[in-house]
Amino acid sequence: MAAVSGALVARRPLSQALPGELRRRMVDRIAMSLIASTALLGCAVLLFVVSYVVVRGAPAIDVAFFTEGPKPYGEEGGGVLPAIVGTLSMLLLASAIAIPAGLGTAIYLSEFGRGAFAHAVRFALDLLAGMPSIVIGVFVWSLLVRQVIGRFSGIAGAVALAIIMIPIVSRTVEEILRLVPDALREGSLALGVPRWRTIVGVVLPTARAGVITGVMLSLARAGGETAPLLLTALGNQFLSFDLTSPIASLPVQIYNYAVAPYEDWHTKAWGSALVLVSVIGCLSLVTRIATRRARL
Amino acid sequence: MITVGNDGVRTFEAAGRTDADVAPALRTEGLTAWYGGPNPAIADVNLSVLPNKATAIIGPSGCGKSTALRCLNRMHEVIRGARVAGRVYLEEEDIYAPGVDPVRVRRRIGMVFQKPNPFPMMSIFDNVIAGLRLSGERVKNADEIVWRCLDAVGLWGEVKDKLRSSGSSLSGGQQQRLCIARAIAMEPDVLLMDEPCSALDPIATYRIEELISQLKRRYTIAIVTHNMQQASRVSDYTAFFLAGPDRVGRLVEYGPTEQIFTNPKERRTEDYITGRFG
Repeated sequence: MAAVSGALVARRPLSQALPGELRRRMVDRIAMSLIASTALLGCAVLLFVVSYVVVRGAPAIDVAFFTEGPKPYGEEGGGVLPAIVGTLSMLLLASAIAIPAGLGTAIYLSEFGRGAFAHAVRFALDLLAGMPSIVIGVFVWSLLVRQVIGRFSGIAGAVALAIIMIPIVSRTVEEILRLVPDALREGSLALGVPRWRTIVGVVLPTARAGVITGVMLSLARAGGETAPLLLTALGNQFLSFDLTSPIASLPVQIYNYAVAPYEDWHTKAWGSALVLVSVIGCLSLVTRIATRRARL
Repeated sequence: MITVGNDGVRTFEAAGRTDADVAPALRTEGLTAWYGGPNPAIADVNLSVLPNKATAIIGPSGCGKSTALRCLNRMHEVIRGARVAGRVYLEEEDIYAPGVDPVRVRRRIGMVFQKPNPFPMMSIFDNVIAGLRLSGERVKNADEIVWRCLDAVGLWGEVKDKLRSSGSSLSGGQQQRLCIARAIAMEPDVLLMDEPCSALDPIATYRIEELISQLKRRYTIAIVTHNMQQASRVSDYTAFFLAGPDRVGRLVEYGPTEQIFTNPKERRTEDYITGRFG
């Protein structure tokens, strides 16, 4: 074959534009500004929601808001202490169920799961993650509230929240564990470390930050659920630590305040929303700081 | 037990014996290994690794040299679908005999990998005793073990002031020596090395090669390398692997390194050594 000569492809000086170059630059600029503005939009929405909640909710916040229960209409003041206590205790119980179950599932799927059974598990978890939370609420209501326990209770609420958390924990943690390089697993196995100790001592600690992020994500999602709690924990005007009976929660409190026709209660709804956002924000902030320190 | 000093060193020459009389530390019989598919990656490998010698496994890419090495401490079966047939004797015991736990095998036959793989969430100190700690052993004299192993790989002077920093903060060559320290902390009989220098620069490579000649006083070493100069520099014995047209890797020739490189018996070995292919 003849060598490619200068006659076939025109050699242009660097100062001269290539064909279509101006158009390419223009399209590049437009595309760049488009994707940058969509990225900005995400941040802007968050900023807008948070600042709106702060502006509308701040007037409701005082000391009594954190130390008292809701007052009947007509009385001034009152707070959301029962709702904070209820939300935290239900999240605690839900975590006690969902974190071990979710971590176990994630470890199984990433370290052992192959073949039809693992595919079925993954598919089921994805379906469960996409399940409308009210359906989960109705299910727990008909099973626990109507039959097993026989009344609305914090336990039923926690179970509903756990069902919401399990697929989130297991799928996000599975993805994180898959990111741990096989070289580390092999390095540990080659030292004569048993498989389970390799998982507990090398794989999980390496993925620690991601595991915690997955758990936080599920907590944030569960902490904001309203529909399943209306059907399971119901709500409570009074401070209660008893998970076997109806118990208050922040989302239900927000809902109750918001649907009432009183201006004062609307402000309290915004205040409760601010508290809920702060609780979840604090949880993720604390874990972020904790994991960063531990990363040294 | 960790012993300090030279009392554990076995020198066969000192006992007035020649290599031919020495029982191999590792010996394979009809070793055949598959990766999931119907055709084996290596077939019918009969190889001996003599104690306190460095045995190099050389051959072109895809000849199954790494596969063969990974079969020697039962790391091949870690890969999903992988399968092994044949026997591998560690001194007198078949490591593939029923009832032999691979964990026990790997405690006595350590391994160093191509890419340095220190545990990133552990400090340099913790990396050295990682194998002991992760195995659930109570490590009482941790300071001494860490000092001894880091000293043995020539890393002590370089890291003694930053034992608490992460293992991944070291350079590639230092990381690889840390991985060797981690392996010898388990006091293995045999150390397998799978192209331990291929990710390293020439100076780091030189240090590892020096280290190998020191380590073989105490340990038996089998090293896979695609670098023939390296094989001729570090090893006492060389095994040459080659995959035929069926793409199944076989042991073509095995012998003292000097003989393999100067006077090979097989034509194919000579062609490879002289750079006619591969």
